[in-house]
Amino acid sequence: MEIAQLKDQAKKIRQDIIKMLGAAGSGHPGGSLSATDLMTALFFNILRQQPQAPRWPGRDRFILSKGHCAPVLYACLAELGYFPLEQLLTLRKLGSCLQGHPSCQDLAGVEVSTGSLGMGLSVATGIALGAKLDQSDVRVYCLVGDGELQEGQIWEAAMSAGHYRLDNLCCIVDNNDLQIDGRIKDVMNVYPIVDKFKAFGWQTIEIEGHDFKQILEAYATAAKTKEKPTAIIARTVKGKGVSFMEDREEWHGKAPNKELTAQALKELE
Amino acid sequence: MEKKATRYGYSEALIEMGATNKNIVVLDADLSRSTSSELFKKKFPERFFNVGIAEQNLLGLAAGLSLTGKIPFASTYSIFASGRAWEQLRTTICYSNLNVKIGGSHGGILTGPDGASHQALEEFALTRILPNLTVFVPCDFFEAKKATLAAAEMKGPVYIRLGREPVPVLTTPETKFISGEGLLMKEGQDVTIIACGSLVAESLQAALLLEKENIKARVINIHSLKPLDEKIIIQAARETKAIVTAEEHQIYGGLGSAVSEVVVKNYPVPLEMIGVNDTFGTSGAPEELMRFFHLKDIDIVAAAKKVLARKG
Ligand SMILES: Cc1ncc(C[n+]2csc(CCOP(=O)(O)OP(=O)(O)O)c2C)c(N)n1
Ligand SMILES: [Mg+2]
Repeated sequence: MEIAQLKDQAKKIRQDIIKMLGAAGSGHPGGSLSATDLMTALFFNILRQQPQAPRWPGRDRFILSKGHCAPVLYACLAELGYFPLEQLLTLRKLGSCLQGHPSCQDLAGVEVSTGSLGMGLSVATGIALGAKLDQSDVRVYCLVGDGELQEGQIWEAAMSAGHYRLDNLCCIVDNNDLQIDGRIKDVMNVYPIVDKFKAFGWQTIEIEGHDFKQILEAYATAAKTKEKPTAIIARTVKGKGVSFMEDREEWHGKAPNKELTAQALKELE
Repeated sequence: MEKKATRYGYSEALIEMGATNKNIVVLDADLSRSTSSELFKKKFPERFFNVGIAEQNLLGLAAGLSLTGKIPFASTYSIFASGRAWEQLRTTICYSNLNVKIGGSHGGILTGPDGASHQALEEFALTRILPNLTVFVPCDFFEAKKATLAAAEMKGPVYIRLGREPVPVLTTPETKFISGEGLLMKEGQDVTIIACGSLVAESLQAALLLEKENIKARVINIHSLKPLDEKIIIQAARETKAIVTAEEHQIYGGLGSAVSEVVVKNYPVPLEMIGVNDTFGTSGAPEELMRFFHLKDIDIVAAAKKVLARKG
């Protein structure tokens, strides 16, 4: 897609996110909206996948380590035709394949179940290792939150990916600077993020996470890089696109009511 | 009936103790609003530590604080307190018998729409197998408050299972709470329902339904899963000769297993178990999930009839 089309697509995804959360009555808008542009570029321009054959062995893999942002993943999958768009409105309801946090046993397109933070990057690293053993050109992408980086397992994974020089692995950090209890540096300072990944042998790229040109360039650089995993540290705005949610910690894990859903959708027209 | 979440009993006790006991310190892992530990933070910010999203470190720091004479209460979701940080709980805290208290909130299926990843259905099994650890499963707000107060009074590690959803208030501020003593909630001679946590209210409802059919059910509240009140269980086996256990937890390894161990060793009688039957949870509204997983009063009634038939 051209950048103009990506922008349109991202807008649709944001609308989907708001609609599904409004219908669910609970869930996590903030981190879903901050990651929307990164996810749209990845799913519509980068990942080699076959929505009609979700288990196609040659597919690039995506792991949503920050599983609470399931809505943005579900919206991308639905917009790509993995399942009907109407199904988005079943989010978090009894019997739905759209669980509150992604469940691979319930939904094709989810590689591994997540929801407990800090676990996804290890799995992504393992897949990247397996792909190397198979001499396959499969690439692995993993989206993590900046608060999530406080989990020790993230750095154990970072150490191993650096150690094995997994250039087929790309970790995207949604650096919206907020977690549940407040600003990252006030709760538990995990900065400097870039230096930490560097220290573990990663290539790092810092970008504006809502600028498609920078996003696409970063993915391209990651794909070209040899002998090192890449971490893209993307500065983002939590709740991006909905004025009353932007950069507000209270919109981390709360669904908009009917009125605010309508207001948000109006802003996203 | 008035409803209140047990997690608020926890924080109310923390605040009360915080005012008089400078050694009370509280830790959380980026969930202080959900666990309600932020209420303590607001009063005693200098004695509150948010470790960020790092539950293993949470229990490790609490362990260290206890070694300096503090009485740390570590708060997070119970899936992370009992699961993610289990070995820190086992080896650092329980093996060393440290004076660490853990408040695990959002236990059980009532956690609702977040789904299986967040619904702790294994924590009774994970905690009751640990030597030195005391495990409290309060049934309501007041019991949660008393469990928290009792935890601070005791020496050694204590795990308190708390819930997110408001649940009926069944006890009063005067009801006694003694570690290791079950609470007789209702007298009866035909069958005994032994329950903990949110299932105590369902069991009392079930007893009322059974009464309409002339079946007199005894209801026992096991707020102290460990140490377990063997006496009250053996007495129930002797006197009613039929037992139903009820818990918001996996059947394997939980209250039902604990009660069975006592019954089989001392006075074998037919026993039926209400709990989640070896499946993961799923997303849904809390009450809807209670029905879906057969944890309601009517399910207890059915189990009571089944066990009565076996009793003959
Ligand atoms: C192991 C674990 N601890 C705690 C939580 C609860 N939790 C869900 S989201 C969240 C904050 C995440 O912050 P961040 O990683 O920055 O995500 P984002 O801002 O992108 O939403 C927390 C603490 C969890 N899901 N898993
Ligand atoms: Mg964040």
